[in-house]
Amino acid sequence: MHKTIGQINERIREGSARVVTAEEMPGIVAELGEEGALKEVDVVTTGTFGAMCSSGAFLNFGHAEPPIRMERIWLNNVEAYGGLAAVDTFIGATQQSDTLQAEYGGAHVIEDLVAGKSVELRASSRGTDCYPRRTITTDLLLENLNQAIMCNPRNAYQRYNAATNTTDRVLHTYMGALLPGSGNVTFSGAGLLNPISNDPKLRLIGSGVPIFLCGAPGMVIGEGTQHSPAGGFGTLMVTGDMKQMSQEYLRAATMTGYGVTLYVGLGIPLPVLDLDVVRATAVRDEDITVDILDYGVPSRSRPTVRKATYAELRSGSVEINGEEVRTSSLSSFRRARKVAGELKTWVEQGKMQLALPTRPIDPARQARPMHQTAKGPRVLDIMDRGVITIGETEEIRTAAKKLLKGETNHLPVVNEEGVLVGIVTTFDVSKAVANPGKAHLVKDIMKTKVVTAAPDESVDIAIQKLEQNNISALPVVDTENHVIALLTAMNLGKLLGGRWLK
Amino acid sequence: MKLLVTFSRGKGRKPIIAQVVRDTGVLINVERANIDSSEGEALIDVPDDQCQLVRDSMSGLGARVRILEHGVIYNESECVDCGACISVCPREVFSFDKEWKLRFEDEKCILCGKCIDACPHRALTLPL
Repeated sequence: MHKTIGQINERIREGSARVVTAEEMPGIVAELGEEGALKEVDVVTTGTFGAMCSSGAFLNFGHAEPPIRMERIWLNNVEAYGGLAAVDTFIGATQQSDTLQAEYGGAHVIEDLVAGKSVELRASSRGTDCYPRRTITTDLLLENLNQAIMCNPRNAYQRYNAATNTTDRVLHTYMGALLPGSGNVTFSGAGLLNPISNDPKLRLIGSGVPIFLCGAPGMVIGEGTQHSPAGGFGTLMVTGDMKQMSQEYLRAATMTGYGVTLYVGLGIPLPVLDLDVVRATAVRDEDITVDILDYGVPSRSRPTVRKATYAELRSGSVEINGEEVRTSSLSSFRRARKVAGELKTWVEQGKMQLALPTRPIDPARQARPMHQTAKGPRVLDIMDRGVITIGETEEIRTAAKKLLKGETNHLPVVNEEGVLVGIVTTFDVSKAVANPGKAHLVKDIMKTKVVTAAPDESVDIAIQKLEQNNISALPVVDTENHVIALLTAMNLGKLLGGRWLK
Repeated sequence: MKLLVTFSRGKGRKPIIAQVVRDTGVLINVERANIDSSEGEALIDVPDDQCQLVRDSMSGLGARVRILEHGVIYNESECVDCGACISVCPREVFSFDKEWKLRFEDEKCILCGKCIDACPHRALTLPL
């Protein structure tokens, strides 16, 4: 048996369509069987509500008198794109205020407009014969705009990897606050309610398909940027009319230490055409697995600490290395349910009919990392290979002489095998000399917790280590922890000239 | 009952909390403390019926004592029930109810402030 989209829309128009949410579907399939569920259910509604940074809106202001060709544009001191000719702009959710920085951004401008608040437009121009005006400042309400069209390049991620932090300091990331020593796990996503997770082969979701976007009827434009469904990370580009949106489903937010983002509520109604749709929409939180990544590693490829399903993540804690670690969601399951529930009412009341894609989305795509033609500077490009080390059993006097002779402030300390065991600085040696006590040997005064760099590491990472630890040098070590060089704040001067400065 | 005790450490560096424990015999639970060379602030928990005794004793030693009736201030209208606060809280003040609505147990809060930074929606603030 199968149903056509026409039959389903007919039932929606008659008000007799059976609509359920994706959360209800697994139970229905378990009770009625796949055939029974296909006969019973016409539409499954999905929903998600979470931080979707890649969001924004096209706004049209109409012409001023005398007219202006706006080149630089600010809304409540948040810069908006000025390359769209005269009276259009695109306000991006993550753009931050020139004055309030991370506490106010493009997302807040969008929320304020939707909430009916007035927003100050400020723009400047060079002035042309046809557009003589050079500056304009005016207060605008959403209703004053000709168009306010939300257009989000990358929304509705199919799933999102969870995060933890194995370092010994708190990290502030787009995955929220990550406590040291794997002190917590954060995750995001609606799991069994997520649109693409209910249609992973993208048979039903594609260009032209009607959706719920922040409380307004909207549409899928096509695949989202970074769309990578081959690995389970499909995304969608979506649009909707901001004038019909509600604050209930659209919220600006600030991730401390990271920046501004927009919480977006998005749902897609899926027509139950055949058994494949029944099977796909019967997906449970237990069936969707993500990696818990270590955000302590500042790299594109972060190591996986373990895998976990949405059911485990939502249970409140997961086990990592034998310890119960508490989990926090960054997206709201309650609001995701509300999106799916509201969408269900829309379809039941005939407010939204369904459509099949006018252009399909590739379900097998894999996003590639950036093609980089020029590698940024690495530690080995600027490090000082003439590093002077000292043995741990040598006398402090010897350390003082070496510091003087080597004209350096840092002496990495090595054991008999040449392996790094500590570091002494001019400060440590001066202190030992000024307060003579029991300490005679280098190992008595050295610091044993040494922050190091690897030769092939990016200089940006090394700079971050210097800043975070408030230190001015890093011993550079090989894989066996042998000291091969020293990177000091002074070496960073090499970056300010020559081939790295373009 | 939770008390916020602030004291200056200028003269003599008196061990105020230890002194009060000895004088009153009340077992004080120090929830958090931030003490440096010049001043200190401690959040302590004492049994309700002995609160006045501890307050008087502390004040007698020159400390300022304030009863903390509230934990962090929770603004429900800003909250979207994401739960970002849940795992950063050391006292399990936040949890979800059966409907995935955020549950907030004021009386457990020790005002450490960790949740305030963790909340993406600025729904949590410190009481003045």
